[in-house]
Amino acid sequence: MPPTDLAIETIGLRKQFGSKVAVRGLSLQVRRGEIFGFLGPNGAGKSTSIKMLLGLVKPTSGGAQLLGRPFQDVEVRRNIGFLPEDFRFYDWLTASELLALHGRLSGLTPAQLRDRVPAYLDLVGLAPHRDQRLRGFSKGMMQRIGLAQALIHEPDLVFLDEPTSGLDPMGRHLVRDIIRSERQRGATVFLNSHLLSEVEVTCDTVVFIKHGQVIASRDLRSAPEGEIHVRAHARNLRPDLLPGLSPWTTSAHLEHDQLTFTTNSMDCLPDILRYLVCSNVDIFEFTPQRVSLEESFLRIMGEDQGL
Amino acid sequence: MKQLWIIAGVTFREAARRKILWTALVAAAAFLALFATGMHYQVKDAHFTRIPPMIRYQILSSLLQVGFYAIDMLAVLMTVLTSVDCLSGEIASSTIHAIATKPIHRWQLLLGKWLGFAAMVALYVVLVFSGVVAIGYFIGGVHPRGAVPGGLLIYLECMVVLTLTFLFGTMFSTLTNGVIVLGLHGIAFIGGWLEQIGSVTASERLINLGILSSVIMPTESIWRRASYVMQSSVARTLDVTPFATRSAPSITMMVYATAYLLVGLSLALYRFQQRDL
Repeated sequence: MPPTDLAIETIGLRKQFGSKVAVRGLSLQVRRGEIFGFLGPNGAGKSTSIKMLLGLVKPTSGGAQLLGRPFQDVEVRRNIGFLPEDFRFYDWLTASELLALHGRLSGLTPAQLRDRVPAYLDLVGLAPHRDQRLRGFSKGMMQRIGLAQALIHEPDLVFLDEPTSGLDPMGRHLVRDIIRSERQRGATVFLNSHLLSEVEVTCDTVVFIKHGQVIASRDLRSAPEGEIHVRAHARNLRPDLLPGLSPWTTSAHLEHDQLTFTTNSMDCLPDILRYLVCSNVDIFEFTPQRVSLEESFLRIMGEDQGL
Repeated sequence: MKQLWIIAGVTFREAARRKILWTALVAAAAFLALFATGMHYQVKDAHFTRIPPMIRYQILSSLLQVGFYAIDMLAVLMTVLTSVDCLSGEIASSTIHAIATKPIHRWQLLLGKWLGFAAMVALYVVLVFSGVVAIGYFIGGVHPRGAVPGGLLIYLECMVVLTLTFLFGTMFSTLTNGVIVLGLHGIAFIGGWLEQIGSVTASERLINLGILSSVIMPTESIWRRASYVMQSSVARTLDVTPFATRSAPSITMMVYATAYLLVGLSLALYRFQQRDL
């Protein structure tokens, strides 16, 4: 993949606080224009990783490129938007003033601000509250105005840290729509969320991190149905059959008369059955099961998720 | 540089909204009212009018110094209390995350905040200092000898304190920061007295202790220099009072205080650049 196609590339990004290793060599690539899910249990190093990429925390070692430029380059942030996990700001500002301030800091001209401040207030559903001070805002309203400040300069790369936190179902729906419209605009969205059902319907790719390392990834675009886990009970199963399954499966395991494998599409199941029958396998049971992202998450993270 | 002025502007507005600023303004207004009343009754006092005009003028000048001493204390306290949680508070509450991730250098962020507070403190000092000068002039008929350098020195003292709260704000929590800065100011205050008593009793050790405390924290020295430049020549001969200038700090000490401020600000910028937010 040529480097220009990447919105984010990290190489061995590591952060150590005293003797505690928060991020243990994070290496990942995010393509431009994709919605990227960053998943992991609490304490996995997700927030620290985002903070390193945004210059809030200095890495102990390793490096990264954002939009093809070194991540320490302050100028690259003109094209980056960020919604912190728990967005807070001076509560004496009105919603319009807050957006104008963040827009100015991101380099927008007064003429651009005149158009965009009302447009983005409208986008996040806060137009009726444009002149209300933030001190009267609920948590959900703060999330919405935080989202607007992250997007007002129409950045190429947006980091959203738990964007649906504190939002009601309508708010979550709004965030989902906004993320999709960001993709249509061509922006890359880096999404950190605990709401796996949201991630599943929104993201193109997800990575799972644990103890500050990527331990698995899933391309949700090439497998829109999600992962399918199949368990077969059969006679005449032989190890030499497994290589023949590889065009359809992502993993396969054989133990006595039990064959288990994972695939990305229901469409290939008849082909797999045909292959097994033609290989003289007598099948007694063949049970496919869809694996949700949440089940994948739990399986990948194992029982000792960090807290 | 545009970013720096945006931050300075929003910080000025933030600082101007602090309740503590308005409390300090109310305290200053109450003090000025009391001071004006005191000055008025002193001038009208029947016994006082029989004192020779020369002595009368000196007494009223000394009363004016009391006014400057009080507003100096108020200005220093207001500076510390309004700015003490500027950095540590915003770091602890994560408010700073939304700003520090914008296309802005860390030094611009810190310097912008410092300038915002510096402007707010300047406004406060100008207001309360002018109040004392106006009361002295219109009610007492007295004016300080060097009002402009005196006022600037009081402002310099506030800027030293502001810089220290910024420096320690990059290292410690709000409470610790406040305790350290006010503690240092206390050391300077005690040191200033030791130096003056030492100069009366010709005790070199006490004088050296006072000088040492001024090196550690030059705020009291700056006040004593401010008081010196604003006093009449007769008042300068008084012995031990907060306005006495038996051992008036030198110009060199003021140069040291300015260098102290600049080094403190540089250290704050460096520390803020290095730390995780």
